[in-house]
Amino acid sequence: MKMNYTYGLKRGLPIGLGYLPVAFGFGISAVSEGLNPLEAVIISITNFTSAGQVAGVSVMVALGTVLEMIIAQFIINVRYSLMAIALTQKLSGKFTFPYRLIAAFGISDESFVMAASEKEEITPSYMFGLITLPIICWTLGTALGAYSGSILPHDVRAALGLAIYAMFVAIIVPPARDNRAVMWAIFIASALSCTIYYVPWLSEHISGGFSVIICAVAASAIMAKIKPLEEKEAQEGDIND
Amino acid sequence: MTENFWKLLIPMALTTYLVRMIPFAFFRSQIHSKFIRDFLYYVPYCVLGAMTVPYIFYAGGSTVASIAGFAVAFVMAYFRFSLLSVAGAACAVAYVAEIALKFIF
Repeated sequence: MKMNYTYGLKRGLPIGLGYLPVAFGFGISAVSEGLNPLEAVIISITNFTSAGQVAGVSVMVALGTVLEMIIAQFIINVRYSLMAIALTQKLSGKFTFPYRLIAAFGISDESFVMAASEKEEITPSYMFGLITLPIICWTLGTALGAYSGSILPHDVRAALGLAIYAMFVAIIVPPARDNRAVMWAIFIASALSCTIYYVPWLSEHISGGFSVIICAVAASAIMAKIKPLEEKEAQEGDIND
Repeated sequence: MTENFWKLLIPMALTTYLVRMIPFAFFRSQIHSKFIRDFLYYVPYCVLGAMTVPYIFYAGGSTVASIAGFAVAFVMAYFRFSLLSVAGAACAVAYVAEIALKFIF
């Protein structure tokens, strides 16, 4: 498969479409929290992240401090650092510094998983293609939700909240079906996440964004220790769309 | 504009960009440790797993509707339906379940 812009666009299309309802939901909630619609759109186009934006809006409406904002964003989004490091291992030689500066903006959970699962080296044109539609759809969806969300009935808005999580399920279940080690990794991470969520003392002291980091790091480390990959496995991606 | 919007937006956007950009632009060495490479292989699956469970049980309105949507998403994903059809079906089922609950109770 050619790692060109068009191929990247194609791989990004389902991600972008999946973002539409999610961004729509963000637009609705940002406006209902008290921001104006234009502000919601500006947040989406400058941040391009889901969980971080939800937290950011609550800091804004609570008139929080700059330090509070930085800490919240860092804790929730530091997982992107792990993903960025993982991606650097697969970048082609053409990926020079200026390209990296631009492409870094488009690293999201989904674009990362997609790029990481490609069998070939990641070229700049592929990466730019991959992130184009997700960024456009994320901004567009926010605008639609922010300007028109309030006309939707409550039950429709509630159901749309499921979209992003259903998309996560669609990304991780097929590789888990094919690879027992991946299935266990997801199982351990989910079990840890539930433990933090349902044990009151833990959930009071660990924020959602930080919980994701703890669970992902712990589960990945456990799996890397007890189930090291065959050389062949570590190279090949196994995610279908 | 909301009070302090720009004052908070700029650090927000900068932090979010820098956590992506600094490692992406400056990390250039190949990782030789087998452990670290295996670790990084598992990270994306674990991140998404931990972000999904248990939050998906409460994301689509009532718990019953959310779990119905999750069940449909899981089965469809198992049979390799596309991202979009899984997300669409999950939302539709959660919506129908929510309406059905209102009729029953």
